[in-house]
Amino acid sequence: MNKKNPASAYDIISINEDDERHTLSIIVDDEPGVLARVIGLFAARGFNIDSLTVSETESKQQLSRITLVTSGSPSVIEKIKVQVDRLVSVHRVADLTADYGQYGALERELALIKVKGTGNKRLEALRLAEAFDAQTVDASLDSFVFQITGRTREIDRFINLMASVGLTEVSRTGVAALKRGAGST
Amino acid sequence: MGKKITGAEMVIQTLHDQGVESVFGYPGGAVLPIYDAIFQQENVKHILVRHEQGASHAAEGYARSTGKVGVLIVTSGPGATNAVTGLTDALLDSIPIVCISGQVPTHLIGTDAFQEADTVGITRACTKHNWLVKDIKDLPRIMHEAFYIARSGRPGPVLVDIPKDIQFAEGEYENLSKTTHKTYTPPNTIDGKAVSAVVDLMQRAKKPIIYSGGGIINSGPKASKLLQKFVQKTNMPITSTLMGLGAYPGSGDNWLGMLGMHGTYEANMAMHDCDLMLCIGARFDDRITGKIDEFSPKSKKVHVDIDATSINKNVEVDLSIIADCGKFLNEALKIIEKRNNKFQSFDLWWKQIDSWKKVNCLQYKANSDVIMPQYAIQRLYELTKNKDTYITTEVGQHQMWAAQFYKFDKPNRWLTSGGLGTMGYGFPAANGVQVAKPDALVIDIAGDASILMNIQELSTAVQYQLNTKIFILNNSYMGMVRQWQQLLHGNRISESYSDSLPDFVKLAEAYGATGIRAKKPAELDDAILEMIDTPGPVIFDCVVANLENCFPMIPSGKAHNDMLLGENVSDEEVAKAIDDDGKIMV
Ligand SMILES: Cc1ncc(C[n+]2csc(CCOP(=O)(O)OP(=O)(O)O)c2C)c(N)n1
Repeated sequence: MNKKNPASAYDIISINEDDERHTLSIIVDDEPGVLARVIGLFAARGFNIDSLTVSETESKQQLSRITLVTSGSPSVIEKIKVQVDRLVSVHRVADLTADYGQYGALERELALIKVKGTGNKRLEALRLAEAFDAQTVDASLDSFVFQITGRTREIDRFINLMASVGLTEVSRTGVAALKRGAGST
Repeated sequence: MGKKITGAEMVIQTLHDQGVESVFGYPGGAVLPIYDAIFQQENVKHILVRHEQGASHAAEGYARSTGKVGVLIVTSGPGATNAVTGLTDALLDSIPIVCISGQVPTHLIGTDAFQEADTVGITRACTKHNWLVKDIKDLPRIMHEAFYIARSGRPGPVLVDIPKDIQFAEGEYENLSKTTHKTYTPPNTIDGKAVSAVVDLMQRAKKPIIYSGGGIINSGPKASKLLQKFVQKTNMPITSTLMGLGAYPGSGDNWLGMLGMHGTYEANMAMHDCDLMLCIGARFDDRITGKIDEFSPKSKKVHVDIDATSINKNVEVDLSIIADCGKFLNEALKIIEKRNNKFQSFDLWWKQIDSWKKVNCLQYKANSDVIMPQYAIQRLYELTKNKDTYITTEVGQHQMWAAQFYKFDKPNRWLTSGGLGTMGYGFPAANGVQVAKPDALVIDIAGDASILMNIQELSTAVQYQLNTKIFILNNSYMGMVRQWQQLLHGNRISESYSDSLPDFVKLAEAYGATGIRAKKPAELDDAILEMIDTPGPVIFDCVVANLENCFPMIPSGKAHNDMLLGENVSDEEVAKAIDDDGKIMV
């Protein structure tokens, strides 16, 4: 099928637009099933979820914050925002992509990374961890678990390097994000 | 603070406080307390359907014909799953309905208990919102929120799932019918500057067109009045989607007929060639646009819709206004009157449109031996147009012929399944209308295949002595399927012949209704009049030409100015009309 020259509404996906990554902060009513509503919408409409974190943030008002990283063309990102905003349980959607908007936003992620190995590889792993400011949170004679926090890109780089020194397992929290400055989302 | 009553009583009390007069439903284990409460009161009338899908469409019919919220009550498990089609139908056509479903008691949820289904899970994708009530304290708020959300903004279906123990539990009830919702705030203002900009565009336009949709109907009868005034003031030509028929009178001077796949030649050509398109309460659906990149290439496009997600979804527009259609029209009229300025002369544009009209795209070969389906609708229209008539349809060729040949002069008179295309919608929807409007003439224009999908509702119609009429255009085929097989699949009529059809006259009689049959054009008028005069439900078996196709037609994957016209099209042209790209589309 010719995507540049769509024959019907079914085929109009991102014409001549590059995909962008966006971090969305979705403030929702903390009620049963609310996460399923948001994720179900992404599944039903074919939107991407690259990472997802969710937890109650303002317990007095019973609000939760879902921080979701998605990717798509600018027009798809726009569609995602209005579709999510339309859900009844959603209070508001904010774009907290680091270099988006007037002030930009902070994005951080935490990862736990397990490497296995002995001898030189083990030493090299430790050195790299130090260079990346990662903490050693567990150690045995033939393994380490490192904890690293930072921006997604930085963590990606660290994980890539670890691959050559015995990486076995990774667990990531997904992105947490907040607006810079005094204003709130 | 209110008095203490049971959850089941709260349900009924909410219905009463919300002004609901009739509900449609079917009992079962998980809703017995609610049925007990129904038994012990007289404020809310319960109509017993014969299948929960019937209840869902009846609630839709009740809602669309009155502008009020329709209500259905179903039991857990199969009761709820049977309602799913109607909920989905209401979601796609923006019809406000509230479905109350029973659920197994709270402590059994998640145990695969008898008749347990994850109803909120199943219906999450086919409702605007839904709730599982886990505490009696929440029930009054949730019930009233349900009504608020169903009818506000872009209307739609909602579901409240109530476990049986909650129905038995006692709690305090308060009438919260005036409250809104803490997070859901649909737009209720309008950007005056944007409306001014629209009027500016209108003043510069030489070839404008209004493309209106179901949003006008949903906005209420006042919006339709404003639309008529707007058209009169501006002299713009107007076309509408299937869902918008009746907002502007079908007999009005500026009416071009419906647009889209089976729309008129003049409407589609005008859409293609216009320089300004004013889309009010429609959503650029694929039945409307045809080939997207050849859709109205030279026009500036304005989109007015209450739902932000509809804007720029399929077609990028130049100017969008997120607001209620009625509010927009009101504001635009005010600006036009205040400026008291003139529009360009549309004389040339109208001349062009008139030349398209001369093509006479709806013509068909008349026949004195067999009833042509188009002729049947024309006669039905002529013989019922001066009555208080409501028309519903099933899905197929008969639906398109009804849209083409029946002229609707008022809103809320035309009920059809547009977005989902649900065969089996029309008859229960007609029953829903008839319950709301006991004295009106309500006719379901049906096909021989569609009508069998919810024929059991005839029993409902007989029980409540509803005067609903079923007018079957009986061509012995799933005509629309056969037409597509002819167009796309070498005329291999795979499984679309209506074999072993029942004798519809005898079927009506078996239910205790009346059956009437017409086979010849000459007997049609008398038979229709007999149908109108017969009290109670009637099945009219109108035996029509078997192999007639529905034209004009924009073959899938083609542009608006690439229509197939009926009269002069050869079988060969029909067979070649759709290319490989078009074939994959539905
Ligand atoms: C529930 C459902 N199943 C299948 C279809 C696909 N479909 C669309 S039109 C049609 C044929 C309808 O036949 P009939 O009711 O006889 O109407 P006609 O086209 O002959 O007027 C079918 C099967 C549908 N729209 N709905």
